[in-house]
Amino acid sequence: MNKITLTLDSLKKQKKKALVLFLTAGYPKIDSTISLVLELAQAGADIIELGMPFSDPLADGPMIQASSQQAINNGITLERILGQVNEIRNHSNIPLVLMGYLNPILHYGGEKFFADARNAGVDGIILPEVSLEESARYLFLTRKHHIADILLVSPATPEKRIREIDKVSTGFLYCVSTTGVTGRSSVGDINSYIKRVKRNTKKNPVLVGFGIKTPADAQRIALHADGVIVGSALIQRIAQGNSITQIGYYVKSLKKGLNTI
Amino acid sequence: MSSAKNQIQHYNYPDKRGYFGDYGGRFVPETLMQALFELDELYREAKQDAKFKKEFVTMLRTYAGRPTPLTFANRLTEYYGGGKIYLKREDLCHTGAHKINNTVGQILLAKRAGKKRIIAETGAGQHGVATATVAAKMGLQCVVYMGEEDIHRQELNVHRMKMLGAEVVPVTTGSRTLKDATSEAIRDWVANVDNTFYIIGSVVGPHPYPMMVRDFQSVIGKETRKQILSSEGKLPSILVACVGGGSNAMGIFYPFIREDVQMIGVEAAGCGLNTQQHAATLSKGTPGVLHGSFSYLLQDKNGQVELAHSISAGLDYPGVGPEHSALKDLGRVKYVSITDTQALEAASLLARLEGIIPALESAHAFAHLEKLMPTTSKKDVIVVNLSGRGDKDMMTYAGNNQ
Repeated sequence: MNKITLTLDSLKKQKKKALVLFLTAGYPKIDSTISLVLELAQAGADIIELGMPFSDPLADGPMIQASSQQAINNGITLERILGQVNEIRNHSNIPLVLMGYLNPILHYGGEKFFADARNAGVDGIILPEVSLEESARYLFLTRKHHIADILLVSPATPEKRIREIDKVSTGFLYCVSTTGVTGRSSVGDINSYIKRVKRNTKKNPVLVGFGIKTPADAQRIALHADGVIVGSALIQRIAQGNSITQIGYYVKSLKKGLNTI
Repeated sequence: MSSAKNQIQHYNYPDKRGYFGDYGGRFVPETLMQALFELDELYREAKQDAKFKKEFVTMLRTYAGRPTPLTFANRLTEYYGGGKIYLKREDLCHTGAHKINNTVGQILLAKRAGKKRIIAETGAGQHGVATATVAAKMGLQCVVYMGEEDIHRQELNVHRMKMLGAEVVPVTTGSRTLKDATSEAIRDWVANVDNTFYIIGSVVGPHPYPMMVRDFQSVIGKETRKQILSSEGKLPSILVACVGGGSNAMGIFYPFIREDVQMIGVEAAGCGLNTQQHAATLSKGTPGVLHGSFSYLLQDKNGQVELAHSISAGLDYPGVGPEHSALKDLGRVKYVSITDTQALEAASLLARLEGIIPALESAHAFAHLEKLMPTTSKKDVIVVNLSGRGDKDMMTYAGNNQ
């Protein structure tokens, strides 16, 4: 079974919420990724999402845009990211999900990319600009290489479509907390939205992301979900020059917030 | 070849999924998918609605200044000594370029959908001005995203947009040009999808935009057809238009696609095709995904989008409309390119021989006549789409003549 599913199943049995953390690969330094991932895993992350930087990240807010641009300037490439995943696998078994945009993958060669990703130890993929309709382009490849396809739902997704997306998605369902880009805080009644998504999801755990910054946010939002995803807020701490110990402390505080639900 | 010919005779793109052969599609965040489905339905209904059609035609006639004339360029024709050259005068449209044909169509859709807030991206500022104009006319709020670099080189248009009541948001990310302005506009749309209508300015973006913008712009080709039949009694032999995103070219080409008419799209070669400084997406790019569709793209060896360069802000874009990609692969349209210097020379020539100062974008189409005209005979009829006037480019022209 896929490591993502194993991890989320086990958390569910323990009645615990999952903490997924996002890092931009190749940021702040090209090889920072490896030590950062290992630290986050140590501090309590259940799954790590590695952002594959793209020059035109449509779904991302200013924080992740800036870190992506820095990582590209640092010389990050898909080859290099897969090399880093390979290196991480020598030290940790934490589920790793790649998140990014389609163009660099098409350029690398779809078939080759998913085969190489699997060999390196990648467990899942999130492509926020690839909708249910367009996912047919690569779905057969991820299935073939046993990589989980994590699709997204948003507050704009109708109930019938949530059910269709749940059918196709594997690993978990990425529930975007707001209409907006990464880093943007949710507004309005998030709980009724999450309940609606949960009600229409049979197969997948529902993890909520976008705009979650503090342990209190994590606690509030995870109440009706299976876990949360934190990205921009973590990148911001890295950008501000937090030490790896401070980052670890932040992650522990998020985890604590989730464990007190 | 015969199968390509067959494909042309049955040309009926895009399909339901928004594909022109291999190109097009809808590559946007999930939040926008519902908005795109709704827009597709809204547009299909409007297209069937005689009232909408009448509103569109009336506004083009009484507000945008259509039909635009087809001018016989007698001195330019004499100068080259080949076929007869005609100019389709989109420079005479209200706001000074073809862009208003599309913004009139889309603002009527926005009104039909009950949206109160309009957003747009702009490069040269022509689409921004055309959007601000129709938003003012309809009493709707308007926000235009424009790269900081373009704000400097197209200052006049920034003043126009502001006077028309639009808010101009400078974009300071990436190359600070049209590419980044488009990304910012899409991000705004994701965040404000409930009350906002995004008026895209070219035949780019996710389905249904490439189809919708083409349809609204095809008024150019429909008029050209009628006008050339009345003045020459036959269809043109060759159509020439510049291609950035490709809306003026699709507009004049589309009604002739199944006819025996040669078509040439002229891209910007910037400092030259062999340099890193050009915007010749179809000549030098490879297929990929940018701004919601699969199409030719300027990209590096890692699949990162490369910066385009052209002296003309309207052509300075590393992508191109998906339908142009399909037409290139089918061999239906020939795509060539023209450097900054050649475009500047062509603008001077047109000004002196015909008394018309063209936009820098349109000047690229004229520059190709240098190469094309010696291959034509007196029996040929060439129509060049004069997509916009040159007022906005006077500082560049003046700097060049010093």
